[in-house]
Order: sequence, then structure tokens, then C-alpha cells
Amino acid sequence: MPSTAYDEEPEPPAEDDAHSVEALLVRAADGDKGAFTGVYQALARPVMGLACRILHDPAQAEEVTQEVMVEVWRTAHRYRPERGSAKGWVLTLAHRRAVDRVRHAQAAAQRERRAGMVLAGREHDEVAEAVEDDDERRRAQECMARLARMYRIPLVLAYYQGLTYAEVAAALSTPAGTVKSRMRTGLRLLRDCLEAR
Amino acid sequence: MTAEEDPHQPVGAYVLHALPPNEEAAFERHLDDCHACRREVAELAEAAVRLAPAGAAAVPADLLDRVLDEISRTPQEHTPTGPPPGRRKRQLTSWALAASLAAAATFGGIAAWQSVQADDARDQATALQNAKNALTNVLTAPDATVHTTKLADGASAAVVVSRATDRAAFVAGDLPALSGDKVYELWYAAPSGGLHPAGLLPGSGGRSARVLERPLGKTVAVGITVEPAGGSRQPTTEPIGIIPIGS
Repeated sequence: MPSTAYDEEPEPPAEDDAHSVEALLVRAADGDKGAFTGVYQALARPVMGLACRILHDPAQAEEVTQEVMVEVWRTAHRYRPERGSAKGWVLTLAHRRAVDRVRHAQAAAQRERRAGMVLAGREHDEVAEAVEDDDERRRAQECMARLARMYRIPLVLAYYQGLTYAEVAAALSTPAGTVKSRMRTGLRLLRDCLEAR
Repeated sequence: MTAEEDPHQPVGAYVLHALPPNEEAAFERHLDDCHACRREVAELAEAAVRLAPAGAAAVPADLLDRVLDEISRTPQEHTPTGPPPGRRKRQLTSWALAASLAAAATFGGIAAWQSVQADDARDQATALQNAKNALTNVLTAPDATVHTTKLADGASAAVVVSRATDRAAFVAGDLPALSGDKVYELWYAAPSGGLHPAGLLPGSGGRSARVLERPLGKTVAVGITVEPAGGSRQPTTEPIGIIPIGS
């Protein structure tokens, strides 16, 4: 990608209350386009990062990023600051869109082939690549690494590859009900680990 | 108990967007009636989002312009359109109040009285969903306007009006619980001064939201009174609130 066509220096989101991404998103819900632009500047890149990771295709990831930001505008009133960060809310929308897209764009066989690569030992990279030099991320990586493989693999295949639990079950030759239950336990263990700092 | 028998089991797959559409829809219906599940969804979603890569990928410099162009043509949900400029801010604030009350209300499952006749849990879930859909339709109607007031006891109340769909919804923040077998009754006031029953709210009070019965017609105000169980054909007590809704 030619770097000249891309913004390389994101403006760091301000941290004080009135200018937090959360406050901007609440204002965007009232039709404030300036505030929405602030939300975009803070979150378009993480959204694009997640979409790229799931779709492995920058052009499609860009379309998803555009769709997600428009959805943020359209549904901003649903965001409740007391229930979590703006980034978490937006990335949840982004994950949903990217997963829908990858399921339409790539046949199950193709995604399961990729799953095969993950199972062959690349799954650690999926996490390691995601990690940069910030503490939160390091913590997330540590916690994932600490999860037993039977919990980690279903999370990785579902979150990064967009596999449904039934597809995960097929890829792992494990009963579907077991996979469902391990996804729940895996996320619970991940949360417990993230909180125990 | 096996994994298949536990209705809460899909919560992890749900949070990971890993349920097929039919199972996702079924689980969302279950969520409507399961407070503990909604809390678990929120907790697990917080963990799942930490899986997102930290790597912020570069986006094309012109993407912001494309997004801004698209949103200029995209109406926001729950925002009333075309209010007079001077009233816009106040109206949006009222709207935000009503929307958050309604969201709190529907999430709390307080629309349940809509389905008192439904004994079967499945019927109840369907009735609840239908009531919610009807409520959502009024609240999200493009021409919806919000009219707020304080009731005699200090509770906030709002009527959301959609003249285009000929429906209205009533939303209250914190109705006091009534003693005995009393209920709240809502009334449509006609331009002639005539009053017509527009639906009941349970005497248990609290957060309440419902679509008013019958089409709005030429109604100019919505009133609320306390009535004996089952409601009355005409008010038997002084109204605790009257909310003019224009015409």
C-alpha cells in the first residue's frame, strides 16, 4: 500500500471526560457530526485492524470499516456509557460485520482450511501478531496463552476466522455441544484472568 | 445436565458471533427473559473484545469523506426529524430521556403485562416480543415527537407520538406502586373534551412503557389516572398527569 495515500499519524483521542471517545459518541447520537468525526478519528484504525485480521483482504476490510462507521452513526443512541467503553462497543459491531462478510465471501471449506493452518500450529501467531507494546495487549496475550488449548482454539477459530461453533466442531471433530460449552468457559476464564491483575 | 439442555449454554458462541442465524434469534428471545444471561453476555463481551488486534491498520485518507458523505444521507435511529430549529435541543433531550426509559423498560422485561393472558411461556415470549416490536415501531417512527411531563407524584412521563402511523406510546420513569387492586389507566382526550380508555399499566409501578391501545385519531392529550383493577370506562379519579400532544 502506498503510504502517501494513508493517514499515518492518528490523533490520539483525548482522555478528559468532555473529550473522551465515550462523550463524543454520546454527542454523535444527538446528530453532532463534529463529535462523530472525533469518534471516527479515534476508532477507524482499530476497526480496520480487526476487519483486516478477519478478512485478510484490505479492500473488503475498508468496505467493512465504512459500513461500521455508518452503523455507529445510525445506531449511536444505543450506546450506553455506563455499560462499557466506546471502543468495545464499536469493535463489537465491527466484529459482527466482519464475520458476516467473511462468511459470505469465503465458503466454509476455505475458512476451515485456514482453520487447519491454525490447528497446525499457527494459532499462536494469531495472538502474537495482535500484540503490540501496550500493557493491555500484553496482558490479553498472556491470558490467551494461559488458556488450555481446548478452550483457546475454539475462541481463536470463532473470533479471528469467523467460524460458527458448528464449523469449529467439524474442524476439531468435537461434538457441537462441547464446543459451545467450551466457548463459554473459555471466555469466562479469559475474563477472570484479565481481571486478576 | 448436558450442554444441549442448558438454555444458557450458547452465551459464549453468541458473544463470539458464532451462532447460526436461527439459533442466534432463539437465544436473543431467551435473553429477553433472562436477566442473568444479559449480564453474562455483557461480561463475556468485555473479554471477547480484548481479542481484537491492537494493530490499528491504516485507513485511506479519503475514507472519512466517504463516511461523512454517507451519513449525511443516513438518518439516525430514534431522532425525530424536522423539529423547529428553536425547539430542537429541548426536544432531543426529551427524546433521549424517553428513549433511555424505553430501553430500560424493554430490557427489564416490564412489558410483561401485555401478555397476562398468555399462560404458556412460549406464547408469553411471543407476546412480549410483539409488544416490544410495536413499541419500537412507534419510538423509531421517522415523524415521532416526544411530549414530556412530571406526574403529580414527581415521576417523569413521556408520550411518543407518530401521527404518520397513527399510534402513540407512553413511557414513565418511576411510577409509585399502588396499594390494593388498583391499576394505572391511560386516556385519550379528544378535541371535544371526550375521554377514551387507551390502556392499563400494572399497579406495581416502576419503569413502564407501552403502546397505547387504538389509533390516535384526533387525540390532543393523553391522561393518566388511578383506577380499580380491570380499569374503568370513564375516569373515576382526578388525573395524576395530562400530557398535551398537539394535534
